[in-house]
Amino acid sequence: MSDYLLYPGCSMETGARAYYDSLKAISEPLGLNLKEIDDWNCCGATEYFGIRLTPAYALIARNLALAFNQSNGTRSVVAPCSACYLNLEKADYYMREQPKLGRMVNEALATGNLSYVPGSLEIRHLLDVIIYDIGLDVIEKNVVRPLTGLRIAPYLGCMVPRPDYDHRWSDHEYPVELDLLLKALGAEVIDYPLKTECCGGHMTQISPETAFEMIRRLIATADEREADAMVTVCPMCQLNIDGYQGETNRFFGTKYHMPILFFTQLMGLAFGIEPKELGFGLELVSAKNVLDAIGVQAPPETPPAPPRRPRKPEGLPMPAPLINENNIKKALKKEVTK
Amino acid sequence: MTEKVIANASPLDSQERIGVYVCHCGTNIAGVVDVVQVAEWAAKQLKHRGVVIAREYKFMCSSLGQELIEKDIKELGLNRVIVAACSPHLHEKTFRTACANAGLNPFLCEMVSIREQVSWVHTDKAAATAKAKAVISGGVERVRHHVPLEPIVVPINPATMVVGGGIAGIQSALEIADAGFHVYLVEREPSIGGHMAQFDKTFPTLDCAACILTPKMVSVGSHPNITLLTWSEVEKVDGYVGNFTVTVRKKARKIDEELCTGCGICQEKCPRKIIDDVYEAGLGYRKAVYTPFPQAVPNRPVIDVPNCTYYEKGTCKACEIFCAPKAIRFDQQDEILTLEVGNIILATGYDLFDARRVTNYGYGRLPNVFTSLEIERLTNAAGPTNGNIVLRDGKTAPKSVGIVHCVGSRDRNFNNYCSVICCMQSLKFAHLVHERTGATVYNFYIDMRTAFKDYDEFYQRVMEEGTLFVRGKVAEVTNVPRYETEKGKLIIQVEDTLVGKQRRIPVDMVILSTGLEPRKDSKEIAKTFGISCSVNGWFIEKHPKLDPIATMTEGIFIAGCAQGPKDIPSSVAQGAAAAARVLGRIEQKQMALEPVRASVIEEKCSGCRICNGLCPFNAITFHEDRMVTEINPALCQGCGTCVAACPAGAITGTGFSNDQIMAQIEGLMMLNVDQEPVAA
Repeated sequence: MSDYLLYPGCSMETGARAYYDSLKAISEPLGLNLKEIDDWNCCGATEYFGIRLTPAYALIARNLALAFNQSNGTRSVVAPCSACYLNLEKADYYMREQPKLGRMVNEALATGNLSYVPGSLEIRHLLDVIIYDIGLDVIEKNVVRPLTGLRIAPYLGCMVPRPDYDHRWSDHEYPVELDLLLKALGAEVIDYPLKTECCGGHMTQISPETAFEMIRRLIATADEREADAMVTVCPMCQLNIDGYQGETNRFFGTKYHMPILFFTQLMGLAFGIEPKELGFGLELVSAKNVLDAIGVQAPPETPPAPPRRPRKPEGLPMPAPLINENNIKKALKKEVTK
Repeated sequence: MTEKVIANASPLDSQERIGVYVCHCGTNIAGVVDVVQVAEWAAKQLKHRGVVIAREYKFMCSSLGQELIEKDIKELGLNRVIVAACSPHLHEKTFRTACANAGLNPFLCEMVSIREQVSWVHTDKAAATAKAKAVISGGVERVRHHVPLEPIVVPINPATMVVGGGIAGIQSALEIADAGFHVYLVEREPSIGGHMAQFDKTFPTLDCAACILTPKMVSVGSHPNITLLTWSEVEKVDGYVGNFTVTVRKKARKIDEELCTGCGICQEKCPRKIIDDVYEAGLGYRKAVYTPFPQAVPNRPVIDVPNCTYYEKGTCKACEIFCAPKAIRFDQQDEILTLEVGNIILATGYDLFDARRVTNYGYGRLPNVFTSLEIERLTNAAGPTNGNIVLRDGKTAPKSVGIVHCVGSRDRNFNNYCSVICCMQSLKFAHLVHERTGATVYNFYIDMRTAFKDYDEFYQRVMEEGTLFVRGKVAEVTNVPRYETEKGKLIIQVEDTLVGKQRRIPVDMVILSTGLEPRKDSKEIAKTFGISCSVNGWFIEKHPKLDPIATMTEGIFIAGCAQGPKDIPSSVAQGAAAAARVLGRIEQKQMALEPVRASVIEEKCSGCRICNGLCPFNAITFHEDRMVTEINPALCQGCGTCVAACPAGAITGTGFSNDQIMAQIEGLMMLNVDQEPVAA
């Protein structure tokens, strides 16, 4: 059992309940022991930074201070929400980088009898923990209902890979962790070039037209590539693409139907867990097609025998991918040391 | 020798008669250190420690400055000289020679660095002046312990080894061989030629690379003075300048080179087709038995063992069946050669930056994104498409092409340095693409760098041909369209910094002008040859301006891209320059080495063997019978590692003995502890 402190964040309890439910459901088969931080508070999302930095950082650092006090043999804090992950990481990093900020934040924390020494915790995103700590081989072993035939667009959003303070990801522009995870579940992963593009964030509140165009691009690209669904790691992305899909369709006169799910939901599905336990049905754009694709799945046919002689290659050969299933850890490590 | 000016004879009346010479170095030293005061102080306050005369002069290294020292040696009978000036790296030789000219043993001259270690690193004038006095005081104490030394003379073996058979190495090898001396040219690949052999045209004159390179390759192959060792790698280097012993692994070609006629039937009959990652840059195929290209030198194939069906399954032998002279040797083993050479030239070249690392440009993901080396192969008439510039489908010619500069160079995420050749290479591609396909060509550049002869004229020519130039670093290459006109295209998203606007430019093909990187194993190579390389991995020259060919290790020279990115003319110039340096050495037939060596005082040696493994030059041997260690003075380079390591103090370094070091420290401390002779 690997032990982690869990910082769920507000959205996991509200808009992204499907994420939380599915995470709880897959924790056991993965051997992931998550201990929720007691008395945590909101990370402040993106808004507070625009007003005053010290209270914004103090709000986040309170969670870090609590986490450190409650850490029992583990230094790792796991955040499943991208905004929470980024904020925790950011607070830890800037308190380290700017000692003055660190002092002011700690002064604020002192009023609540708390303090936090930056760098004493390790802030991780859930996907990072699942890929690099648990590993693709463990995931593959748990798959009892491979997602064969399901075409998925992997979508990370902008906040997980950038800025990558501690070099956790294979790349900032085109990370491959989610792709490899979905492949391990048996799904067909499409090349989704917008995987780290912004979903529009809170632009839906300020300038909806701008947000609709950003959402449309994401949905249209997945649709053109004949994806059955999009899969994300971020509650904000899920909310925008799921919740504003109807409005976007009305605005542009389009008829897109692109369900968006959390990666943990698909993991649960592949692990043979009942859809209801995984929060299926909570989405606004119904993911029934996804379930149908798995449910009506005929027993897997024996794959056709490969042709005896490889066909004459057409055109010019392509270079092999730099990071793949076999070298993902090694490649990342090399990058970091560079 | 007259002894007239002894009015200020030292009170100690010691036998040392020391002259102190303080240099202004223009304003380099005099701007921070009060040199006049320092000289006056030395004359007065160090008199009792043997200083007979102290002078300051504008440029001590000038002939007038040297004459000053020579004159004093002769007239005042100086037997020790202190020059307080720059680092010994720069002018130790100058002043030693001056001393020798005046009849003083050159090793009785000591330099004290008051430029690199004082004036250049301090701004407080009073403190800098005080520090200059302290280091001079240390130097004076040290020089009193100096003894006359004689240089060690070693013979120079006239044979030379050149490592790397690219254009730089070829040039070096030919220059030396033509002068009548023997050269061993070691190349890792099956053929010499290097990267240049992969190119079609060379900038700025657009002459055909093969036409100018292959005659040189043929000359190397047939030269009576060149032993060509291809498919070989250097494993070990022992010895020292003039007398290196190099161990070379000659990998098994699985072909009897004597019997083989180079007819090529084996390649024709081999059933295995493999993507050629080296010569064809991954765009073309070769067989499991192959010569990289038809003009290969030597024209002898190799069998690629990991990909050969015979080694996999034990059957096939198609090549053996068809080989008329029966030259196939499946059981051939690697050969280890031990070669004696006097000098070594390293011309090991570069690797191309791996463009897959810049994921936002999509190389490896978007089929129609190509690297520069791939385009070199596409444009090459002998390449996989016979010189047709086509998209990855192998047939469609592009109608619009975007060339992205500085991929992996001048980028803090990858390499900070400029790769030098990419601007000109991009212009060459622009010209070739335009000429052969009529496509619209865009160049996306940060700065255009077209220095050197006829380069800017070529830039102007390409501009006049209608190539479009956009100044800005490309943010992204994507295949996700936003507008109707972008459908089915690659879209280059770029900030046009001259217009101040974001632009999206749809094109059919993107060429990444990828930068140069040091060889993946350059650090290991540097270690094998005992030279140093920069953080990036480029080999470090002895002096960046005045000695870009030599290294800090005597007898090892560097040429071409191994030292840093450069174009063909510069590589050839360096190759020739390295050869000239080596030829100069060979003609001298022998060489004087610094007599700075370590030696063991046997009575003190306890036989603990701590020093035995530390010597980087393998100069230490242990005598089991007597239980003592001995140092071979010819192999020792005087690095001092063993001297510092010896717990018994049994090892001394000539010129760096414990007495000398302790005396120097005492000299330094005299000023601070006693507070006594501080400035007048």
